Amino acid sequence: MPLLPLAGFAVLVAGGRRIGDPRAGWVGTVAVAGSFVAACITLAGLLNVTPASKRVFTQTFFTWIPVGGLHVKVALLVDPLSITMCMFVTGVSMLIHLYSIGYMKGDRDYSKFFVYLNLFVFSMLVLVLANNLLVTFVGWEGVGACSYWLVAYWFRRESAASAGKKAFIYNRIGDTGFLLAMFLIFSKVGSLDYLTIFSHRQLLAGGTATAAVLLLFLAATGKSAQIPLFNWLPDAMEGPTPVSALIHAATMVTAGVYLLCRMNQVLALSPDARWVVAIVGGVTAFVAATIATSQQDIKKVLAFSTVSQIGYMVLAVGSEAYIAAIFLMVCHAFYKGLLFLGAGSVIHGLDDEQDLKRMGALRKFLPWTYGTFLVGWLSIVGVPPFSGFWSKGDVLTNVYAKSKPLWALGVVTALLTAYYMSRLFFLAFYGKDRWAEALGDQPAHHNPHESPWVMRVPLVVLAVAAAAGGVLDLPWVHHDSFAHFLQPVFATSLFDANAHPLNQWVLALVDAGVALVGIAVAWQLWRVRVDRPALEPPFLQRVWYWDDFYDAAIGRPGQALARFSATVVDGRIIDGAVNGVATLVRSASTGVRRLQTGYVRNYALGIALGLAAILVFVASRTWWS
Amino acid sequence: MSLGGGWYLGLAAVLFGIGALGLLVRRNVLVMFMCIELMLNAANLTFVTFSRMLNDIAGQVLVFFVLVVAAAEVVVGLGIVVAIFRRRTSTTADDLHSLKG
Repeated sequence: MPLLPLAGFAVLVAGGRRIGDPRAGWVGTVAVAGSFVAACITLAGLLNVTPASKRVFTQTFFTWIPVGGLHVKVALLVDPLSITMCMFVTGVSMLIHLYSIGYMKGDRDYSKFFVYLNLFVFSMLVLVLANNLLVTFVGWEGVGACSYWLVAYWFRRESAASAGKKAFIYNRIGDTGFLLAMFLIFSKVGSLDYLTIFSHRQLLAGGTATAAVLLLFLAATGKSAQIPLFNWLPDAMEGPTPVSALIHAATMVTAGVYLLCRMNQVLALSPDARWVVAIVGGVTAFVAATIATSQQDIKKVLAFSTVSQIGYMVLAVGSEAYIAAIFLMVCHAFYKGLLFLGAGSVIHGLDDEQDLKRMGALRKFLPWTYGTFLVGWLSIVGVPPFSGFWSKGDVLTNVYAKSKPLWALGVVTALLTAYYMSRLFFLAFYGKDRWAEALGDQPAHHNPHESPWVMRVPLVVLAVAAAAGGVLDLPWVHHDSFAHFLQPVFATSLFDANAHPLNQWVLALVDAGVALVGIAVAWQLWRVRVDRPALEPPFLQRVWYWDDFYDAAIGRPGQALARFSATVVDGRIIDGAVNGVATLVRSASTGVRRLQTGYVRNYALGIALGLAAILVFVASRTWWS
Repeated sequence: MSLGGGWYLGLAAVLFGIGALGLLVRRNVLVMFMCIELMLNAANLTFVTFSRMLNDIAGQVLVFFVLVVAAAEVVVGLGIVVAIFRRRTSTTADDLHSLKG
């Protein structure tokens, strides 16, 4: 299954330029579509296996690293969790590949784009399907590298290049955690294989499990853009929009959540670490939602929204609601992918305009985009019966059982989510056609045009998925549901255990009510007016001064340290040592030079004296011994 | 009549001392060469003496080596002296201090 994108990658690397503009995209798309079909076949095979607890298969290819006690095999693990991930990764990737064919049309490095995309899908599948931590790490680094290339895809633009670097560096910090967690687990268990770790998990009990989980969580904060490492994701919007949709909304950023879900049996050992995970997730969801309320750039709003939604998933993981987390992940992939692609369609239609304040009234000009965006908007806001309502409700119900304050935070976040998404929606599609006016030195845009069919088809498919995704796991369906399918993978799930049916109804009503309130507020505030500085304080626009804080706390001292090293350490100490040695040698040789008189008799005298001294010495040894 | 080995050794020591002193005090390069030869031959004399005293032929063999090397050295040294003489018209060793540090 992962080999198909790899083959597509190889073909495109070898002959992408010769294959040319639209056909290179088709090659990439067909490769990913092939692996989607393969995933479907595997899923069907897996469903035929009964009982459900037997649905675990390992396919070993070869032994990669046989060193001492470390035997790392390149092997794939197929179980309900990994196949779920594969299904939506390949499915969404396929649609986004298709979309990219239209979006990237006319780009100078057209085939290179698909090279990276295919490599990304391959890495992501390796990450998801790996049966041990090290192979997962290979995929993890692979998607990180592809993310870097794709964020910095338009590297001729300074901001894109530096955004790529930022993404990469933030991820490296997280990767350190991943590596340390691997070392720790290997030193305790002696294996990196998931199934072996799980069957020997008692070896990790106590502080070790807490440390391992926190280190893995550090990795997850890097990859999944959680506090404290979330700043890279909004900057990553410098990449082409399909990339934002694929990597920075649907698939790669959920890798951290996937990792935590995969290691759920280790998480189960450490309640302390789970609390940390839950709190960080909840706070991230809230902080990112507040920031999203005041961003100008359509993609930045969506980026912070992604951070916020992943915060929900992390919160669910911390509450041991892994199934809810995965459910939200799948639904989020649908509706956030849809929203990003819709935003891409808007940007495409307006000739690369991303400023919300320069949009407006687009519903008349982009009917397809408008319709599908509407579905995505209602989904993420959480209006029943769209998928967001079910998945977010699932998370919040579980969080309610874990902790009331965190649940309240989640509900406030949901309110903010409804508000900022509606703000975006109304600013973009309602109000006056502000793009028709010149603003400052920027000229007016001509009338926006609807996107070609290759871009519309993915929008429609994703809209259907986003609308109907909730069917996967309705709360009153207990058999043949998504939760039932995933159940064997996870050690525990709070779902259904603690929530009273009446509670569920109340909680669901709260969710829906909050969503409607958010929409109503935004409708009042943003439908007509564009300029409300009081609601867009610089504190939020500048991301709670997180970047400034990092700049002051890490950047400046780092620069000062570098300057100190350059002037004092390098200039004085190292250069001083080198120059000092030279000076010493010179002064010594100036002294010694005087011996070199050039007169033969001086030398001869020296030889004679030396000879005499030796004779005296030998004679003295002979006579007095 | 035969003299004891000590006489030969004493003669060799005296010759060596004259040679060494001459090398140190004279400035004419040719004379310095002769002094070196004197010292070498003093050494040869001790070799032969010890060879006779100890009944070991190795000492006399060494003398032959020394003679050959000395001859070669004189050839090279005189060659250098002639080359210098062509340029400077004097054979005073102290004039040749261009290698002074």
